[in-house]
Amino acid sequence: MTEGAGPRAQGARAAGTFRRVAAVLEVDARLLAMFAVLAAIAVGFEFATGGFFLTARNLFNLSLQTSVVAIMATGMVLVIVSRHIDLSVGSLMGLAGMFAAVFQVWIFPIGAGYNWIVTLLICIAFGALLGAFQGYWIAYRALPSFIVTLAGLLAWRGASWLISGGVTISPMDETFQKLGGGLEGTIGETWSWVVGGLGIIGIVFFFVQSRLRKQRYGFKVRPLAVELGLIAIACAAVVGFVMTMNAYLHPIRKTPQGIPIPVLILIVIVIVMSLMARITRFGRYVYAMGGNPEAAELAGIDVKKMTLLIFVISGILCAIAGAVSIARLNASPTSLGQLAELNVIAAAVIGGASLSGGVGTVAGAILGALIMQSLQNGMLLMGITSAIQQMVSAGVLLLAVWFDVVYQKRRLLVR
Amino acid sequence: MNADTAPLVEMLGIDKSFGGLHALNDVSVNLFGGEVVGIVGHNGAGKSTLIKILSGALRRDSGEIRIEGTVADINNPRDARALGIETIYQTLALADNLDASANIFLGREILTKARTLNEEAMASEIQGVLERLQIKIPSIREPVINLSGGQRQAVAIGRAIYFNAKILIMDEPTAALGPQETRMVGDLIKRLKSEGIGIFLISHDIHDVFDLSDRITVLNGGKVVDTVRTEEVTKDQVLGMIILGKRIEEETEEDLASLH
Repeated sequence: MTEGAGPRAQGARAAGTFRRVAAVLEVDARLLAMFAVLAAIAVGFEFATGGFFLTARNLFNLSLQTSVVAIMATGMVLVIVSRHIDLSVGSLMGLAGMFAAVFQVWIFPIGAGYNWIVTLLICIAFGALLGAFQGYWIAYRALPSFIVTLAGLLAWRGASWLISGGVTISPMDETFQKLGGGLEGTIGETWSWVVGGLGIIGIVFFFVQSRLRKQRYGFKVRPLAVELGLIAIACAAVVGFVMTMNAYLHPIRKTPQGIPIPVLILIVIVIVMSLMARITRFGRYVYAMGGNPEAAELAGIDVKKMTLLIFVISGILCAIAGAVSIARLNASPTSLGQLAELNVIAAAVIGGASLSGGVGTVAGAILGALIMQSLQNGMLLMGITSAIQQMVSAGVLLLAVWFDVVYQKRRLLVR
Repeated sequence: MNADTAPLVEMLGIDKSFGGLHALNDVSVNLFGGEVVGIVGHNGAGKSTLIKILSGALRRDSGEIRIEGTVADINNPRDARALGIETIYQTLALADNLDASANIFLGREILTKARTLNEEAMASEIQGVLERLQIKIPSIREPVINLSGGQRQAVAIGRAIYFNAKILIMDEPTAALGPQETRMVGDLIKRLKSEGIGIFLISHDIHDVFDLSDRITVLNGGKVVDTVRTEEVTKDQVLGMIILGKRIEEETEEDLASLH
């Protein structure tokens, strides 16, 4: 970077300072920036909505609204990082959801104890199968993922009409409905604290473990104060989240709602997917494939099998999102998941996944989903029409990608 | 070189066709430990095809490969690696988005007991190799896209050496490098040689080949023109072999004059 005068140079210096701070803390500069954007959006809407945006009730709703897109976005990250795209996620989610609904409402007796879990498992298995089908064409028949999943987008939507006969299937099993996080679909105050407690234990364990391992091999570790500070911030975030969810009361019983089940599902998925991406061989290979497919192949990685598995994972996550959606709607309409692919791809890309492959994080995609959903939620509260909402979302997408292009030119940041 | 011991590598009568194109026609080359054999020729002469067969990236149609005297069945890159054959590709087979450590261990990661990646163990392992080869890179945790061409080449070489390569195939190792970095890679090659490693050096650059090789095998149109000892020939003679496809004995004064 050259020294210059004017606002451009100032911007560059500010960016440089920001990166230095991130480097000292050894945290991802990009994630830090996204948190800042999210905070700015929240504060902005808080003022614009006269203090409603940051109420427990709205944050509770926001977390619920984000979960379906975010679940699928974690899979989309793997797909995009490995230089593919999955346009079928919305339709696949719709078909898997419809499939589950057919079994749940038309085939199994409603109210049977096994109904919810069996239909959920069928739904997931079906999603895996659809993902495998697409992955097979992409991996072993070498068709572009864009085309295969575009075909999927059309075919799965059509199939969804076909198996339902074009009608909306409802209502769902009562136990199953809890997966959607309705008024009864939360885990309550006590369990929320249990989850929070586990989260804190996990955070401390993670930090201590990674520090000990670095020390054992004689590598530089963060200053102890910084380390403790980061642990404190992470734990405070967990406590804050649980308190917020508990602050929202059941409208009739007036008892704390706690964490909604879809959000709990999302949390589990995020942890599993993040760990998979960061600390397993599988994850390493996904990034290697995206960085240089030829190198991955030469290193003896079974790129075809990896590709198939990536699409199976995407299919499973879409199925889970489908199950959560029909549970939340208490119905399975034929339009389930329509246009969801756009939100999912946008979330991953805003979260830093680069369509040229090799770059992207699960955490980023979640933040991306949260940013998108916050904008939509905030604009809705302000009474902005959906026409304008869509245009703002489009603008954010363009801005995020533009930012990415500029950023990538300066420095390639990995994970 | 001892005439009694079998060569490290013998490729005998190798044939390979792509559809109608006869890329390699009865090609035989060999390589001894502690030796550098330069493989030169035009684009399309068959250099890359030949080394891809040895490295397992391509399968030969016919012919035999012997490693230290025993017939070896090389059908994929894993087979080749198991025999101690490592390849450093022209296109730099590095994933740019990963760090040096991840690249060196790609496909052969060290895992913890819980079957997760043991980043620290991998990083500390390769530090030893880098020191031994006197390779200096700013950080092994930096994505390799941020390294210079020579440093990236060094990472690729470090990968081969860490896994105890006996036979190294280097495809245009200096093609993308400046003079200083070329010298650095040249020094590295000499150090590897002194450790008894056999190296096939594939290059366009006749000067590099002359500086580094003990013998030179010239390919033309998928056939071996000849294999010569570097000290016994001139650059012009080798150029003649490359361009005209004739053995030195067959090259006339006019032929050599026509090269200039």
